[in-house]
Amino acid sequence: MADSFKIAVLGSGPAGLSAAAHAAKRGLSHVLLEKADHPSDTIYRYQRGKYIMATPNQLVLRADFPFAASKREDLLKTWDDQLRSLGINIRYKSESKSIAGSKGDFTVTLTSGDTIHAEHLVLAIGTQSNPNLLRCPGANLPHVQYTLDDPGAYVDEQIFVIGAGDAGIENALGLVEDHAQNNIVTIVNRSADFARAKEANVKLMFAARDAGRIKLLVNSAPTLIEPGFITVETGEGSERLPCDRVIARLGSLPPRKFVESAGAKFTSDSPTAYPQLSPTFESTVPGLYIIGALAGYPLIKHCMNQGYDVVEYICGNTQLTPADEPILQKKFANLPGRRSVSDWLAFFRSNVEILHGLSPLQMREFMIDCEVHAFRAGEAIFQRNAIGSSLFGIAEGTVLVEIDPKRPSVTVPIEQSSIFGEVGLISGRRRGSTVRAGTDCILIEVDRISALKLMATVPEARNTVNRITIERQILQIFGSGLSPKDIAEVLASSELKEVKAGQTVVHEGDEGYDIFIVRTGSMTVEKNIGGKDIFLSYIPAGSYFGEMALIDGGRRTATVSAAIKSEVVRLDGNAFRRLLAQNDKLRVKLETDMASRRKINDFIEQQKKKFGGVVDMYSAVAEFLVSQGIGEATDVLLIDELLCIGCDNCERACADIHDGLSRLDREAGKTYAHLHVPTSCRHCEHPYCMTDCPPNAIHRGQDGEVFIDEKCIGCGNCMRYCPYGVIRMDSVPPKKPSLLMWLLFGSGPGPGEPDKEWRKEHADKGTPAPKVAVKCDMCSGLIGGPACVRACPTGAALRVSPESFLSVALLERGRD
Amino acid sequence: MAKEAIYGERADVTHHESFLRHARLRWLKIAAVLNVAAIAAFWWVFVYSGTRLEHAGGTWLGYTLGTVGALIMLWLTMIGIRKRAMTSGNWSLKAWVSAHVYLGLSLVIIVTLHTGFQFGINIHTLAYLLMLLVIGSGIMGVIAYMYLPVRLSDVRGDLTKKQMIETIHALDRLILQAAQSLDHTQARVVQLSLDKTIIVGSLWQRLTNFYPGCGNRSAVNRVKRLRRRASGGSAEALDKVSGLLDRKQEILGTARRYARVRAMLEAWLYIHIPMTFALLAALTAHIVSVFFFF
Repeated sequence: MADSFKIAVLGSGPAGLSAAAHAAKRGLSHVLLEKADHPSDTIYRYQRGKYIMATPNQLVLRADFPFAASKREDLLKTWDDQLRSLGINIRYKSESKSIAGSKGDFTVTLTSGDTIHAEHLVLAIGTQSNPNLLRCPGANLPHVQYTLDDPGAYVDEQIFVIGAGDAGIENALGLVEDHAQNNIVTIVNRSADFARAKEANVKLMFAARDAGRIKLLVNSAPTLIEPGFITVETGEGSERLPCDRVIARLGSLPPRKFVESAGAKFTSDSPTAYPQLSPTFESTVPGLYIIGALAGYPLIKHCMNQGYDVVEYICGNTQLTPADEPILQKKFANLPGRRSVSDWLAFFRSNVEILHGLSPLQMREFMIDCEVHAFRAGEAIFQRNAIGSSLFGIAEGTVLVEIDPKRPSVTVPIEQSSIFGEVGLISGRRRGSTVRAGTDCILIEVDRISALKLMATVPEARNTVNRITIERQILQIFGSGLSPKDIAEVLASSELKEVKAGQTVVHEGDEGYDIFIVRTGSMTVEKNIGGKDIFLSYIPAGSYFGEMALIDGGRRTATVSAAIKSEVVRLDGNAFRRLLAQNDKLRVKLETDMASRRKINDFIEQQKKKFGGVVDMYSAVAEFLVSQGIGEATDVLLIDELLCIGCDNCERACADIHDGLSRLDREAGKTYAHLHVPTSCRHCEHPYCMTDCPPNAIHRGQDGEVFIDEKCIGCGNCMRYCPYGVIRMDSVPPKKPSLLMWLLFGSGPGPGEPDKEWRKEHADKGTPAPKVAVKCDMCSGLIGGPACVRACPTGAALRVSPESFLSVALLERGRD
Repeated sequence: MAKEAIYGERADVTHHESFLRHARLRWLKIAAVLNVAAIAAFWWVFVYSGTRLEHAGGTWLGYTLGTVGALIMLWLTMIGIRKRAMTSGNWSLKAWVSAHVYLGLSLVIIVTLHTGFQFGINIHTLAYLLMLLVIGSGIMGVIAYMYLPVRLSDVRGDLTKKQMIETIHALDRLILQAAQSLDHTQARVVQLSLDKTIIVGSLWQRLTNFYPGCGNRSAVNRVKRLRRRASGGSAEALDKVSGLLDRKQEILGTARRYARVRAMLEAWLYIHIPMTFALLAALTAHIVSVFFFF
C-alpha cells in the first residue's frame, strides 16, 4: 500500500502531535506515524501519576493542542480526546525504518514494509530510543535498566538510581512513594549540584531525603555492578553496597545514525551534538524538518510550539516569528544597531566562543535566561568586591581588568569572544577586580546556574571555559610577568585530571617532573620517614606542586594525595623546562618557593629524628583534621581542649554579635588529641551551601568568608547541602533589654541566645518572623575579628587557615 | 609552605598562647614592674628614710599605694562586664583575663605594703582579709583552669551534654517499654529508675559525685536480685531491663563525672564573686572612714 500526503510527521510526542493537529486544522493532507499502539510513548512511559510541569513559565503556548501542568493520566486522556476531535490522521505501530527522497517526494519505509510518500517530512521522534548507557563493568547485567514504567511494581528492593536529572529524581520518588513497598532507594549523582533537574523536583528530592525516604550520594559514580552489589566511588572513597536493582537515567542522545541516513548533517562530531537546523527547523535536507527533543528541546511547551510553527513554515509563512520572539525582542531593544532577533542570536553565537557549540535553536532558549548589555568605553562593568557570580562573554569590543586595586591604570585586556567573571562560577567569591569597557562593547551576562547548565550540557562550552580558566590560573599562580604567549606551549600540554579523595597524584621515589596545579580541592604531602608516612604539608587549591623534581632533576621527594575530591591540572615537565629556560624571573620564583618548602620538610625530618613520638602525633592530628573536612576549609574554628573550660562564652558572644542567634555549637563535633573541631562553618573552598541557592544569596566575602545575604528566602537548601551541619534555620529573636538592665534589674534573658520560652513570650504578636538560614560569617567587618575567638577567656578558641595550621604550628603545639 | 594564604590574612593564627602566657607574659612583666617599684618606694620611705610604720597609710606613699590598689580592684571587677558585653572593638577577653590574674596577684604586695603591717579588729583589716580571700579563690580558679580542661575533654570524649541527657531519656523510654512484660513487683523496682533518678544534683552533689539515693542504682541492684530468683520468660524480660539499666548507669556516670569537672571549674567563683562584693563594700567603708574620721 502506498499513501501520499503533503506532510508526514514521524513521532507522536508533544511536537509531532502539535504539528499534526495544526496540519489537520489547516486542512492539509497529513499522516502522523507512531511506532507504539498509543500516542506520545515517552509520556506514556512516564511513571504512573507523574505530575508533568509546564515550563518555562514566561513562554506562551500557541499550539492547537491544549497543554497545562497536570498529571500524566489526565494529560494523556485530554490528548486522546483531542486527537479524535481534531480529526488527526494517526497510524499506530508504524515505525520508520528508512527515509529516502527529497523535497516534494520523500519515501518513508516502515518496518512493516509499507511505504509512505510525502512532500514534506517532520521528524519528531525524540531521543528516548537512544538512552545513554552505564559504562562501568557489570552494566550489562539483567538487573540494570534504563526505564521505569511502574514504580509500584517493585517491593522490598534496594534500588540505586543513577543520575539526578528529572527522570532519575522522579523515578526515585515514585519508588518510595508508597511506604508499604518498603524499597530502599539511593540516588547517585556525579556532581554536587543538580543543574539538569527542575527546581521543583530538586526540592521534592531534598524533602524526601530529609524525611529519610531516600538516600543521596553526590560527587559519586558507580564503578562496578555485581549481582546483589554495587560499588560506588564517592567523594570520600569507594563503597560496596547491597543492591537489587540499578535504574540508570543518564539522559539520551539523538538517534544519529537514523537521522544521518536520511542525509541530514549534525552540528559537530560530538556525541551530544544535535542536527544542523535552519531557524525554520529545516535540516540540511530541504523539506526535512526536525523538531522537539531531537532538535535539542527537552521541554513540552517548546516542542508543541515548534509543531505549530513548522507547519506554518511548510505552508510558506515567512512572517511567523517564534513564540519567544517578544521576550527576546525586549531583551535586545537596548543594544545599539538595529538588528533582528535572529541576527542578534547569530551575532552572539558566532562572536562568543563558549556559545559556538549551541545550535541556533538552543541559542534561542539559552538567551531567554541571559542578559545582554552595551557599555561605553571606560564604563565600569563591575567593581572589585561587588557581589556577583555571573559569567560575561564579550560579543563585541574589549574589556580591561584592573589587576592592581591601588593603581587603576594598570590593566590587562580581555579580547572579543573571550569570557570574564568566571571565578564567580567556581566558588561564588566576590569580584576580584574591577572590569571596565576598553572600547564600546556588547556583552552577554549568564547567571551562575545557567552557566553551570551550559557547561554540563555543551561539552564545547565546558572545554572552552576550562581552557580559559586554566590559562588564567597558570598566569596568576606563576606571575613573573608571564604573558599568554609565553605559556602557550605549556597550556597546550596541560591536562585536567579529576582525583578521588585519597588518590595519589605523585608517588615518592617515582621518576617524573611534571608540574601540577591544584585547581579545586586540596592535597596532602607525606614522606616516608623511618618506615612511617609522616605528614609534611597541605597544599590548598590555587597552588602548585612537583617543582622539586623538575628543578633538581631527581626523583619525587614526597607523596602527594588528594585530601578530598579534587581537580589538578598537569603541566608537561619538558614544556615547563623550556619555559623556565626562557624566563629567569619564573625560575627564581620557583627556586624560592622550593627553598622555603624544603626548609619546612627538613625541619620536620630533623624533628622526627629527635622527637619521633611528637612527629607521629603531629602526623596523626593532621590526618584527623583532614578527615574532619579541614581539607576543603579555608578558615576553621578549632578548640584547644587543653585550655577550654566549657564556659560557652564563644557561643554567647556569637549570638550577641549576630542578632541573638549563635552560629556555632562548641561542644558538638569530634575531638582528637584534645583538639576539637566544633560545629561551625569551615568556609569551604567550594561551598556546598552555594550549590542550589534559588535567590543566589550566598557569597564569598573579602576575607574569604562565605555569607548569606538578606535575599535568603528560607528554603533550607543550603542547610541540606552542608555536610558539616553548620547551617541552621531560625528566625531572628526579639530584641533583648540592654546588658546593664540585665545586670542591675535582671530584666531579659541575659547574654547569649535567648531561650525558647523567653522568645515565645516576647515575640511580635503580629506575623511570626520568617525563618532564614543562619551561618558563620567570620564576623566580617568587625575590627577586632571573630567574636568567638575574642570572647574566649583562656585562649582555647582559635581560627586557622589549614595551610598555615597544618604545618609547623601544629608540630609546635605538640611540643609545648 | 605551599603558597601564602589566598584567603583572609587574619586567619593565619600560626601560634596560640594560653591566657597565662598571653603576649609573652606581658601582664606578668607589668605586674612585676609595679611590685618592684612599690617595694623600692616602701624601702626608701620606711627603711632608708626611717618614717614610722604606724601611720604608713597616711603618708604620701600610703595614699599612693592605696589609690593604686583601689583603682586596680575597681578595674578588676570590670571583667564581669567585659566578658558579657560583646562589642566590636579590638579587644580580647584572654588579654583581660591575663591582666586580671597578674594585676590581681600584684595586689597582695601593693596592698600589704599599704597596710604598713598594721592590723587590728577593724573595718580596714576586714577589707584586707576579704581581699586576700578573693585573691585566694582566684588562685584556685587559675589552678582549675590550668589542670581541669583536659579532664573535661577526656570525660566527655565526643559526647555533648545535650547528647548525654537525650541518651538517658531515650533509655528511659526503652526501659519503660521493656518493663511492660514484667509483673507488678518487678515493675515497681524498675519504676525507681524512672522516678527517682536525678541526673545531676546540687552543687555539693556535683562536686562530690555522691548520689546515695540514686533510683537507677537501686533499680540496677534490685533487678539483679530479682533475676536470680526468676526463670523462663520473666528471666528473659529481666535480663533485657537489666541491660538497659546498666547502660543508663554507665551514661549517668559519664554525665555526673562531666558535671563534677564543670562544677569544679565553677566552684571557686562561689567564693570569688560574693567576696568581691563584700570587699567592695568594706573598701568603701574603709575609704569613707579614713577620710571622714582622721
